Amino acid sequence: MADQTQMDPARLAASQPVANVTDWRRIISGFTLVMLAAIVLFLLDAPWDSVSTFRISRPRDTWAVGNLVVPSQLINTLAAIILAFLGTRLFLRGGGRWTGLSLGVGLIILAMAFLVWATAGKAISLTGMLQATVVRAVPIALAALGGILCERVAVINIAIEGMLLAGAFAGALFGSLMGGWAGIICAMLTGGVFGLLLAVLVITYRVDQIIAGVVINLFVLGLTSYVSSQVFAEFRWLNKATPFRAFKIPVLGDIPLIGPVLFNQNLFVYGALIMVTLSTYYLFYTRMGLRARAVGEHPRAADTLGIDVIKTRYAHVIAAGMVAGFGGAWFTLGSVGRFDENMTFGRGFIGLAAMIFGRWHPLGALAAALVFGFADSLQQKLSILNTPIPSEFLSMAPYIATIVVVAGLVGRARPPAAIGKAYTKD
Amino acid sequence: MTRSSDTHGSPRNDGNQHNGSSHDGGNAVDSLRALLAPTIDTRGNLREIILIPLAAVFMALLIGALIMMATSVEPHIILRSFVAMADGSVGSLNAISETLTASIPLVLAGLGIGLAFRAGLFNIGAEGQMVVGGLMAAVVSFSVTGLPMALHLPLVLVSGLLVGGLYAAIAGFLRAATGAHEVISTIMLNLISIRLLDYLLRQPFIQKEGRSDPISKAVLETAELPRLLSFIDPNLRLHFGLFLMLGAVILIYWLLYRSKLGFAFRISGENPDAARYAGIRAGLTIVIAMAIAGGLAGLAGAAQVTGVLGRATPGFTAGIGFDAIAVALLGRSHPVGILLAGVLFGALEAGGRQMQVDAGVSIDMISIIQALIIIFVAAPLLVKRIMPFLFADRPKEDADHG
Amino acid sequence: MNIELRGISKRFGSVQANRNISLDIRASEVLGLLGENGAGKSTLMNVLSGLYQPDSGDILIDGTPVRFDGPGDSIAAGIGMVHQHFMLVPVFSVVENVILGVEPTGSADFLDLAAARDQVQAINARYGMDVPSDVLIEDLPVGIQQRVEILKVLFRSADVLILDEPTAVLTPQEVEAFFGIVRALRDAGKAIVFITHKLHEIIEIADKVSVLRQGEIVGGGVPSEFSEADLAEMMVGRPVSFSVGRGTATPGEDVLDLRDVTLVDASLEVRLHQIAMSVRAGEIVGIAGVQGNGQTELVEAITGLAPVASGQVMFAGTDITASSVRQRHCMGIAHIPEDRQKSGMVSAFTVAENMVLNSYYDDSVARGVQIDWHRAEEQAAAACLKFDVRTPSVFLDAGGLSGGNQQKMVVARELERGVRLVVASQPTRGVDVGSIEFIHKQLVACRDAGNAVLIISSELDEILDLSDRIYVMYEGQITAEFDNSSSQADRGAIGLAMAGANRTAAA
Repeated sequence: MADQTQMDPARLAASQPVANVTDWRRIISGFTLVMLAAIVLFLLDAPWDSVSTFRISRPRDTWAVGNLVVPSQLINTLAAIILAFLGTRLFLRGGGRWTGLSLGVGLIILAMAFLVWATAGKAISLTGMLQATVVRAVPIALAALGGILCERVAVINIAIEGMLLAGAFAGALFGSLMGGWAGIICAMLTGGVFGLLLAVLVITYRVDQIIAGVVINLFVLGLTSYVSSQVFAEFRWLNKATPFRAFKIPVLGDIPLIGPVLFNQNLFVYGALIMVTLSTYYLFYTRMGLRARAVGEHPRAADTLGIDVIKTRYAHVIAAGMVAGFGGAWFTLGSVGRFDENMTFGRGFIGLAAMIFGRWHPLGALAAALVFGFADSLQQKLSILNTPIPSEFLSMAPYIATIVVVAGLVGRARPPAAIGKAYTKD
Repeated sequence: MTRSSDTHGSPRNDGNQHNGSSHDGGNAVDSLRALLAPTIDTRGNLREIILIPLAAVFMALLIGALIMMATSVEPHIILRSFVAMADGSVGSLNAISETLTASIPLVLAGLGIGLAFRAGLFNIGAEGQMVVGGLMAAVVSFSVTGLPMALHLPLVLVSGLLVGGLYAAIAGFLRAATGAHEVISTIMLNLISIRLLDYLLRQPFIQKEGRSDPISKAVLETAELPRLLSFIDPNLRLHFGLFLMLGAVILIYWLLYRSKLGFAFRISGENPDAARYAGIRAGLTIVIAMAIAGGLAGLAGAAQVTGVLGRATPGFTAGIGFDAIAVALLGRSHPVGILLAGVLFGALEAGGRQMQVDAGVSIDMISIIQALIIIFVAAPLLVKRIMPFLFADRPKEDADHG
Repeated sequence: MNIELRGISKRFGSVQANRNISLDIRASEVLGLLGENGAGKSTLMNVLSGLYQPDSGDILIDGTPVRFDGPGDSIAAGIGMVHQHFMLVPVFSVVENVILGVEPTGSADFLDLAAARDQVQAINARYGMDVPSDVLIEDLPVGIQQRVEILKVLFRSADVLILDEPTAVLTPQEVEAFFGIVRALRDAGKAIVFITHKLHEIIEIADKVSVLRQGEIVGGGVPSEFSEADLAEMMVGRPVSFSVGRGTATPGEDVLDLRDVTLVDASLEVRLHQIAMSVRAGEIVGIAGVQGNGQTELVEAITGLAPVASGQVMFAGTDITASSVRQRHCMGIAHIPEDRQKSGMVSAFTVAENMVLNSYYDDSVARGVQIDWHRAEEQAAAACLKFDVRTPSVFLDAGGLSGGNQQKMVVARELERGVRLVVASQPTRGVDVGSIEFIHKQLVACRDAGNAVLIISSELDEILDLSDRIYVMYEGQITAEFDNSSSQADRGAIGLAMAGANRTAAA
């Protein structure tokens, strides 16, 4: 029960120096930002006279816009200063509610600095980068959305990784058999089935939610790997779906920069944006959304008011599975059309980090997913640009970022109160 | 759930459980003796502890067969694959040797996961800890030269243990200091370790001379875990790690149930609040528990490199760290249970290889079966519902456990 | 609307929570339901509110039998329950909490908060409850939270209100205001069931009383026909004396001395503000106050569970401000936590293990790095006998003990170590009368042996019964001090202090 009594702010201000407890969150996030500043300043240095060129339009675009040309070293020095400022501020004063924003801005600035440095003396398509950012944010955003739908009703969904993988698999298999649309539907259904399995285990049989999630991940990994080596290896046509192509929305798609990034994408990008919008409306503006959140915060209270806790949880966990299944289909039907073993490679977990980053809000999670997507596409671009950084380190970056985000934010962002607990009546 | 106090719909606390206390009558010595008499109330429980895993294994194999059928494997091939599984795991001396060899890293890493579990931590990172521990062991095993085996081998094993422990301690520290859940951070550390391994295996001081693919130099002879059965047949791979495994089982048992530190772990795991109130330092406990868990996983990696593989290669851990999670769950985080579960999974592993060779069924089938076993073990109520006849003669048990 | 319960029985596993209970609930009448903790009151009301289904028996509304398959059915029938532990979502606003489950909506399931706000304000005005609409529950004091619970019930146009231990968290003055609301509701024709274990409340507010003991109705009638002693005997099943019979205290030197202690929580809010207080050897000091006014934090500051921002904690003349929880244990500070199941014990551990929960590391049970379990078990068995912990064996899980026995186990563990200061937080919450008497006697004995005892309780009666001296806490400050050694302190004055009346005087 919340029995905190609000204290008089006047007295608060008059009180003695604040508790001398070590705030590791503050120290870790502040320190990371300062370190990043040092990296930008000392490792990412370019000649002062070099410029980085970012192309925005292609020559034959309807409305062509000139290139963006920036002085490389100046920009990076500025970036280092901003990072150092954010870091020091966080380190010394603690970020309070701004910790998340500081970290997010810091990560974006770091990514920009990398980009400017790698492009020094060269040219790169900015539009292409952002386009790739959005594309790569899709599975992360959908995984995060799946996580949100579950956690808002107080079910932890570690199984999101497995649901993505299952969706990817089903998308490839049924997409090959019956075409893309059927592939998507089957991917969602498959995700939903694993959502149902999770629901049965944690809601009805009260298995520890994390254990159930981990086991489902193992099971899906085993099952998809088995079928892919047992069946796909022999019958290649079962794993050869036609991926969805991008389609341009008339007029809007012709706007420079924004057009290609947002309005000339494939079905999955539009789908993800629609799902994020719908779920925001659902969770915060509808009757059912209010009830769902009540179930996540105080299930017993909801129960005493005649809201069926069990049914609500089942429905949301299954829906989360379907969203994740759709996100999984992105890996196959949204890109190459072929399923490979363990092809989701931790995206589901990064989605969970995006969920925390976005404070269990679909829009926040989308923003966080875009940050991760940017890091992802950056890594790809950097390897093309032939930088001296080993590609292994670049591919580690999103995982390290995830750890920093989770370490810096957990405890600040508040999850639904009943999270992780099975509901029983007595 | 709201915690129920007595006035709040919790009739279980009505004061008439455990009654029949003999405090009032008789003299004090008798009463004391009665209080200290061993209770026999656990028999039903014991039966369940044995029956549920057995039922789980049976159902997992059954569903595995169904999945094989669904992927159009002929019935006689399915039959043959089960025969091959049995043959490859216990059918010959070589099979038993393979089973035990496979179980060594599973039990070692599983003990770590189980210990962390007891302390309330979910270490998904055994895979990554095995990677860094095994890699470190490999590096020490070929870069330190001129030592006798009696010094070199322990050095190699301890370095693997330490590095694995340190790697896990990162996640422990993050949890203790910031509250970052160890599940997320250990998963990320796993992914990082794989990239790190790929990178380091290409570095000149590790990469085998004259190779362009990522592969380490070979372990020196003085750092190899000696094979135990080479006097019978030099191809039998069972190695000295068997004793490491058994020693670790005994040590962890002692740690958990006899030592002060282990009691502190268990209090923290069962009720972190009570631990705090009892003056146990939560942060320190978490870091130590994670470090021990990681150390055991690191040792598992080292044993695998120095006992079986002879070098480090990309993916040399082969998912053992994940299977070890299953082993710990199946063994109910009890050292002896983990030993038994580890041997079972070792048998599945060895049998699975035979199955792939004999029947042409992908060894990934084993992962499916393992995952299914855990699902059933984690949900005993589900097993009871599916197979009520096994538990039928215990009418009132668990009726009020909700 | 009248409700009749006929022969309701309900059992959980081996426990018969309700046995053949019949009750009459009538419109324009307050029915008091009296019974001690665990007598089955809450089970009965959960049956009536549809949360549980009875094993046998009928519920009749105006003579027609009904069946409730869930709380929804009961709400639809016009029954509303105000739970002892509020069923409010802390991060929702008042309006959101009130409308939850019966939300006014527009098209596309759109939540019509504006309409809801108007409706809530209308009810608010009718009964003079003065509750803000858009404030989050977690930002409201408990007294107002309770009104939100009542608003919730009225919003569903309930004709029958069940109030489960509604006064537990209120000051005496708030209780008076609350009784005013109850009477207004009764006069408006509502039927009210008032559940309590406090005798004087029954006599004050109830028009009729039924007494529940061990799941059965053991008596009842018009409250004015009974004395408090009659009702108490009916409730417990034997004559009880509620006063402890403690002799005069002979206080010695300060054992605990807090000097201007200020405590700030993780979200930088001040929880304790310059607390100055002391507890002397050989006296019992009580802390009175409405729950959530800093009592928990005070205990944390004394036991070392939370660091203080400024000020000093002195124990027997030494500064222990920087000492850890364990160091303080070892110096002789015992702590009986306010919530035994949450923080005082490990339900899945045996009684023996629980008995050494915070002594396993010292030489009384440990040898080097190892625990000597034989010794621990023998000590546990002896302590069980001495402190009347009723269990067949020390090898059984402590979670299976009754609330009273669990609490006695915790008390035994804390008092058996050599102690000089006992910090007892809600020492008898949720415990049967027999255990209450026993625990009170132990605490007084502890005082008489020359130790300092600090009791924190939200039950003012308990504080008045046990304490030699009383401090009142309000919003993180000590606002008043009363002498209670020779004659009982003035209940009304304490109540006013609990409500914050003399806050400025002390600050």
